Amino acid sequence: MMRRMLWSLTAIVVLLLAGTIAWQRFYDPDADAPSAPRTDEQAQIARGLYLARAANCMACHTARGGQPYAGGRIIATPFGNLVSPNITPDAATGIGSWSAADFWRAMHNGKSKDGSFLYPAFPYPNYTKITRADSDDLYAYLRTIAPAKRPNEAHALRFPYNQRIVLAFWRALYFRPGVYRDDPSRTAEWNRGAYLVQGAGHCSACHTGRNALGATVADADLAGGTIPMLDWYASPLTSDAVAGLGDWSIPDIAALLKTGVSPRGTVFGPMTDVVKGSLEHLSDEDAKAMASYLKSLPKTASSEVEGSLPRPEDEVLKLGASLYRQYCVECHKENGTGFPPAYPRLAGNGAIESGPAINAIRIVLNGGYPPATSGNPRPYGMPPFGPALNDAEVAAVVSYMRNAWGGRAPLVSPAEVISYRTVPLE
Amino acid sequence: MTPTSNPSKRALLQENFFHRAALPIRHMVPALLFISSAVLAQTAVPDTIAQRAVACTACHGKQGRAASDGYYPRIAGKPAGYLYNQLVNFREGRRRYPLMVYMVDPLSDGYLRELADYFADQHPPYPPPQPATASPETLEKGRVLVMSGDASRGIPACVACHGQALTGMAPFIPGLLGLPRDYLNAQFGAWRGGTRRAAAPDCMERIASSLSLDEVNAASSWLAAQPVPENATPATAAVGALPMACGSVRQQ
Repeated sequence: MMRRMLWSLTAIVVLLLAGTIAWQRFYDPDADAPSAPRTDEQAQIARGLYLARAANCMACHTARGGQPYAGGRIIATPFGNLVSPNITPDAATGIGSWSAADFWRAMHNGKSKDGSFLYPAFPYPNYTKITRADSDDLYAYLRTIAPAKRPNEAHALRFPYNQRIVLAFWRALYFRPGVYRDDPSRTAEWNRGAYLVQGAGHCSACHTGRNALGATVADADLAGGTIPMLDWYASPLTSDAVAGLGDWSIPDIAALLKTGVSPRGTVFGPMTDVVKGSLEHLSDEDAKAMASYLKSLPKTASSEVEGSLPRPEDEVLKLGASLYRQYCVECHKENGTGFPPAYPRLAGNGAIESGPAINAIRIVLNGGYPPATSGNPRPYGMPPFGPALNDAEVAAVVSYMRNAWGGRAPLVSPAEVISYRTVPLE
Repeated sequence: MTPTSNPSKRALLQENFFHRAALPIRHMVPALLFISSAVLAQTAVPDTIAQRAVACTACHGKQGRAASDGYYPRIAGKPAGYLYNQLVNFREGRRRYPLMVYMVDPLSDGYLRELADYFADQHPPYPPPQPATASPETLEKGRVLVMSGDASRGIPACVACHGQALTGMAPFIPGLLGLPRDYLNAQFGAWRGGTRRAAAPDCMERIASSLSLDEVNAASSWLAAQPVPENATPATAAVGALPMACGSVRQQ
């Protein structure tokens, strides 16, 4: 009796597993989505280029100094390293042998030409929102780039993640293919913004937290998150007052997206690449549409500050204040209002005052330039202060800035600072 | 991210960067942030390339004159084409100093050229050379290598490309005087280890790989001990006369 039950149970589990694999392997929703009729080839290619930029394909599919779209960039993940593939039209090593339908299936359903599952570092949970017509335009553009003969390198993932078949279960849990559907109760501009943010722009890849299996957490959409492996905190894009975009105007958000600077803040860290490779190339209308959509996102539940808050007379804050006066005031002013857009405002700046202290620590340590964009071609930069300040001093000045102008945040410890001195910069 | 980059090596480089430089730099950073002084009462940011280059001067010194720590090179007065090539080499992964890659990564060709031109035009005074600590034999060995090379092994003299006065050759070849021994040694190490490359053919990589460590030390020690002549400027000469093919003199 017992043995029969065990057998039945095993059989059910095996059937469920096999069923899940078969479902994911053979179910190809929208495979028959009609291809848009080709009329003006040049216009189609131009639209494809625009989309390739909006989706920032190049950022992952080009190695530093390498041929565009020829792959070879290492994408570090908690599960091991992925190496981006060659997506130039080279027949042997790129995607030259792919049809528009193969490409559509990859974008829409996360599968390679041979039907194997793609790793979701390729953000198909976002790209699935892209329409067939846009996918075809993108495909048409990718056919026009210079073919590069560069064989793909093997990924270096740990077991069991190196077994693509297990992605069947990940997909069953977290992936629902489906093109973006307009919300008829919203304006065309809002819908366009939502389409870009959720789809090609794949903002959630960084700005939404991820669970232990690397899936974005649906109920915390765009509420901010620490970017795995890169060790930057992607700020919330929700309507929280200081942490998020709650008190930003739509033109300021659009300016930040297109130029990298704005009266409210300046991009830093990985977002500089996103602006430079992608958002800078958006039309004014699309930047505004994205900004309008982001402004409409609801507030997230305000998270409680962890750790005890310092008292104003704390010695660390006094040290921080004196360091701030010595090193920071010339550009950011005593009252933290800065000289935007050249030198950003720090007072009321979510990147400084809210969320984890990672961003502020790393900016103090490494300084940096915002991206050179057509709207801000000669950006002002910040010197790296890592060489000048020791860990306790960086901790003090960051603690001070987070508490000086109305913000309230726990003190940063020198140990936190040292962990970011050796974090890879790229 | 570069495909072959090695996290531990990057971490080590970065650690070196922070730790080796910790002391001298702290005395340089204040007071230089707003070029046009008048600090606290500042009402507008000067719309100048000098103000935009302030981020560079935290490590490379005021006007790019170098710090006294012996690790960050002087960039003032180096040929503009050389400086520009180096900035692009960092951005494109041919040179792998993490903080430099990080600084230049978001910048355009045009802006990098403007920054390069700015520092090429700066001519602050040179500090006196470091006192030589190497033995007279080592220094003499270094002098011979620099002035004559070693024809039997196909190693050209430094002066053949870097100018008879070793003050460089405009627009692509840097001068070798006024550089600390540690910096020179670090560059040879970087060429040998593949973290400093130039457009192919990479002549300095070939030269660095064919020198022994003793020879590197001798050449660096001798070079670092030489005074820089008054009004040192890069020579101008026909590029075709170089003793070996060098990709960086064509790179634009």
